Order: sequence, then C-alpha cells, then structure tokens
Amino acid sequence: MNTKTSNRINELFESNGREVLSVYYTAGFPELNDTLRIAQYLEEAGADIIEIGMPFSDPVADGPTIQESNKKALDNGMSVRLLFDQLAELREKISIPVILMGYINPVLQFGINKFCSECERCGVDGLIIPDLPMAEYLALYKNIFAEHGLKNVFLITPQTSESRIRLIDEHTDGFIYMVSSASVTGAKDLFGEQQRKYFERIQSMQLKNPLLIGFGISNHETFKVASSYSNGAIIGSAFIKLLQTATDLKAQIKQFVKDIKA
Amino acid sequence: MSDILKNTIEKKRYAVDEQGYYGQFGGAYIPEMLYPNVEELRENYLQIIETDEFQNEFRKLLKDYVGRPTPLFHAQRLSEKYNTKIYLKREDLCHTGAHKVNNTIGQIILAKKLGKNKIIAETGAGQHGVATATVCALMGLECIVYMGKVDMARQKPNVERMRILGAEVVPATCGSQTLKDATNEAMRHWINNPLDTHYIIGSVVGPHPYPDMVTRFQSVISEEIRLQLEQEEGRQLPDHVIACVGGGSNAAGAFYHFLDDEAVNLIAVEAAGKGVDSGESAATTALGKAGVLHGSKTLLMQTEDGQVIEPYSISAGLDYPGIGPMHAHLFETGRVKFENASDEEAMQAGVELSRLEGIIPAIESAHALAALDKVKFAPNDVVVVNLSGRGDKDLDTYIKWGKY
Repeated sequence: MNTKTSNRINELFESNGREVLSVYYTAGFPELNDTLRIAQYLEEAGADIIEIGMPFSDPVADGPTIQESNKKALDNGMSVRLLFDQLAELREKISIPVILMGYINPVLQFGINKFCSECERCGVDGLIIPDLPMAEYLALYKNIFAEHGLKNVFLITPQTSESRIRLIDEHTDGFIYMVSSASVTGAKDLFGEQQRKYFERIQSMQLKNPLLIGFGISNHETFKVASSYSNGAIIGSAFIKLLQTATDLKAQIKQFVKDIKA
Repeated sequence: MSDILKNTIEKKRYAVDEQGYYGQFGGAYIPEMLYPNVEELRENYLQIIETDEFQNEFRKLLKDYVGRPTPLFHAQRLSEKYNTKIYLKREDLCHTGAHKVNNTIGQIILAKKLGKNKIIAETGAGQHGVATATVCALMGLECIVYMGKVDMARQKPNVERMRILGAEVVPATCGSQTLKDATNEAMRHWINNPLDTHYIIGSVVGPHPYPDMVTRFQSVISEEIRLQLEQEEGRQLPDHVIACVGGGSNAAGAFYHFLDDEAVNLIAVEAAGKGVDSGESAATTALGKAGVLHGSKTLLMQTEDGQVIEPYSISAGLDYPGIGPMHAHLFETGRVKFENASDEEAMQAGVELSRLEGIIPAIESAHALAALDKVKFAPNDVVVVNLSGRGDKDLDTYIKWGKY
C-alpha cells in the first residue's frame, strides 16, 4: 500500500486548491545559467508550482515552441548533470513546489537511482516523464521515486479511458496533469465545446487527486476557464515565447504572472 | 498461411514476449497522448492478421500487385569472385523498387480493418514513403508523408513519385532534417490526430507492437527463401544470410524464419559512413548503448547525457541512430553477427554488382554486398544476400561519387 508521505505538492493543494498556476520552462534557456533565477522570479511573481524542463534532442510530445527551447538549451550546453549543479541552492531560494519534466532517456543514462538522489538532495518534489509507461513505472520506478519523496505526475487526455484514469488516480498522490486536447504542447485558441465536455466528464469522476489542465493555456482567459473545471492550470509554450524575447526577465515575468492570475 | 509461417510463429526463442520485449529491449515508451492509438493496435493486430480473410487479401496483393514471390537468383559471376555460392533475394524487383511495400500492404489492410481513413508515414530514402503513397492510392486513402528536408533534397525523384501518387510530402525541418526528425514529426501528427489516422511505421522500430508487426509482414522474404532454396539446393537452410540494417526491416524479414535454426549464420551490415570512429557514422551496435527513442528501448547512438546523436551515412535509408529492438536483442545474444561497411566500400560493392550481374543495387543494399569481402566463406557454402532495393533512386549519388 501507499504510505503517503506529504511533500510541498500535497501541502499546496491542501492549503490552496484553487487557481493553482504552474509554469513550465526549459532549463538552460534562454541562457545557460538562467535556470535558477527564472525560478526565483516566478516565485516572486506569484506562481504556485515551477516545472523545469530537462531538454532532450527528440521531444516528440512537444510542439515547435518547446522543441526550439530544448534545442537552444542543448546548444547552450545544458545537461542533467549541470541542472543538478544549478539547482544545488534551490531550497535556499525557493519554497514553492518544483517539478522536473523530461523524457526518459537522459534520466536512464544519468542512472535512475542517482537521478532520484540528486532530486531529493536539491529539494525537487515531483517528476513528469511523459514517455515513461505506466507498467514500467509500477514495476521498476515507483518504489525508488517514493524512497526519495518524489511524486510521479501522470498525464491524461480526452482519449484516456475511464478505467485507465482510475488506475492513474490510484497510483498517484501529487496531482494529475490533464492534457486539454489531443495535441502536442503549444498555445491554441479558447477551448471549444468538446473540450469543455471533457473537462466536465473528468470533473464529475471525483478523483482523489487534484487536477491541473495543461496544453493550450496561454492567457488570463484560458487560465480562468481551465481553473473553473480543475484546481488550476499549467502554462508552457506561452511562457517560453516570453523568454525568447524578454529583455528584462524579472519585470516581464512579474507582469506575465500578474496578467495570467489577474 | 503457409506451414513454414505457422511453425515459426509458434517458435519463441527470439520472438517478442507478452509485454512487447525482446530480452531487455522493446516495450512501448510513449506519451499518454499516443497510448490509445498504440493500445488499439496492440489489442487487435494479431487477431486481425491471423485471420484467413486478412491473409488471403495480403497474399493476393503480394502476388498480383507486388509481384511476389521475388526471384532467388544464383549470381554466378559474383559467386566466382568470392569463391562461394551466392544467391540474391531480389526484393529490388518488388513493385516500387524495394521490400518496403511488403509492410505497407500489410499495414494498410490492417488500417482499413481498424476503420482508419488517413495514413501518415515517415521516410528516409523515400522508399517507404513511396511504398506508403502507393498503397494509399491503391486503397483510396489520404496520405501524408514526413521526410527530412535534407533527405528531400538528396532523394528528389522519390519526393516527386510520392506527389504523383497523390501524397502530401511534408518536410521535417528540425534537427538533422533526416529520418529521425521525420519520425518525430510523424509521431506529433499522430498525437494531434488520434482517431481517424493510422501511422504506417516503415521499419522494425517504434513502440510495441510495431517491431513485431512489421517483422511479420516482412517475414515473407525468409519464408520464400526457404521454399526457393529447397527447390534449388534441396535444402531449406542456407549457410549464411546477409542483409543491411538501418532500422532493420529488410534484415528482420530475411532473418525471421531462420532465427531458430542456429546453424544459419545471420549477418547484419550497418552503415559505417566515413568510418566507425570518424564521428560521421550510423553503425549503431558499434557506437550505441541501451536507450529509449521513438517508443522503444533499444541500442542507440547517444551522448553521455542521453541526447541522440545525429547519424551519418551516404545512404539515406541507413541514416538512423538506432536499430529495431529485435536486432538489439539479436546483437546482444550473439545470434546475429554485426558487420559494417563504409560509404566507399558500399559504393564499390554497388558498382561491382552492376558490372558482374547487371544489377544496380540501392546503396542501402550495397552495404550488404560489401560484407562479402569481410566474411570467410567455404566454396560449398550457400550464401543469401538480401538485395533489398534497386538503385534507380540513387543515380545522383552514384554520379556524384563518380568512380565507375
């Protein structure tokens, strides 16, 4: 059975389960050593969760914006090893939950035990590894993640069956990442009728885990709509676009978060 | 289904297991967005392809449309040169010019049975793209082919063939703009269009059940070799089978029905590019280690940090940083011996075959021929080289190379 150990993610949803804003960005982007200071600016600006992407050469679940930031970060010299060096002082500077998101291969090459130890040492709270299959997770990873206090965040989509959602709900105790539509990452227009029906369907399932909606959240309006069906939302591509052109990171991140949450 | 096919499917030593693994390799490392698509296939593929109805349609098209069985040709002058008995399995005579069509015929029948009306595919050299565009035209299905921008430039005739056949060819502009990037784009397209679209993967790569499914469709190659050898030589088993490996579909097909016959020496030939240690190579077993790409765990050319390395080969069809998970397992267990051939060696072997036998091979297949110089054969040995494709598409490359 799960011996649930509470971490920052659980505490967040227990204290404030509404309109949670999680912001994704890619480590080592736009400049190699921006990783930690962007996290600081996001916390200061009022973000609730920070998702730091570990860049990969072949990010198949990502749209063009995040592909580009992955490529730039790798060109800058980013690596998993360097990320943990950059995050060494994470918990001296940041108190909100931090999640690492990335593809399984760089994690495997780093070594799964070493990777989880480093996460724990730096104060990372959770992982999103979209191409780690559930069966492998349960057989090989779940215990290791738990030993290091890491919550594994699963994705669900409009095509995920109810029984599979129940299974995911059973094996998670952080939150569930609800992909808004059948798509790769990237900002789109406002949600349509079909998506709202899907949100309602999931909402009515009364899952034990909190839900955050991601993919297609780009502004205050989409954030509000998403939050009305869930515990909040995740913004990625829209934030990466800001970082691509930002001249004053601190001020512009502050404005960005303020505009979203308003 | 022929008895040979039935018998070998029942043998299990190197076959995929229930979880989709070959030893430690394989599996289905896919994002949740792809799970329903892949799961639908996994649940249905065996059930569908083992029905008589499917097999009848598949076999009929292979015979009347593809032109199977392809000949097993005793190449006498080549045999003299290497002082052994060499047969060429003439996949180059398949409709569309390569073995790739065996798989696209199988998958398009399957896609129709699953109720899909749109087809996507990735292509490197363009052979799989052409084979996909061809069967889509045949069946009246919409077809989009992703192709690296670099490959589009070096395989122009195939791009135009696909367009004539009515397919849309979409350039992959990320990364090295070759096969790996085309595969990424096709997977993204599938994520964005999960309901009505079937993704025809062209090699024995990708998440389970693709490696097994493509292997089964291509296994008609070794099935025929056995029957043809029995007629020619009075025995079904050759001493050696040689095939080139990029992702590995023609090799998988040529080896499949010999895997459990350990007396048969199976030789896979990878593209060494400008040399295994030159930094410009696609020799995965020599340079790679276990990793995850495009949905399966396999041998992969990658940096210490787990980033996939851009491969290089003069042959667009072999320019891939991984190999199918079955091949990774066959390499690890030692069942298949892996050789490699450089650009130069392959080009020379291609011209040699042209001069000795009047057959201009695809540069992919020329890599397999180059191994004739690397393996010791006895004069009485029976050697089968899988001639996976014809060289028409490669004329520009032959001309640029120029040493003929």
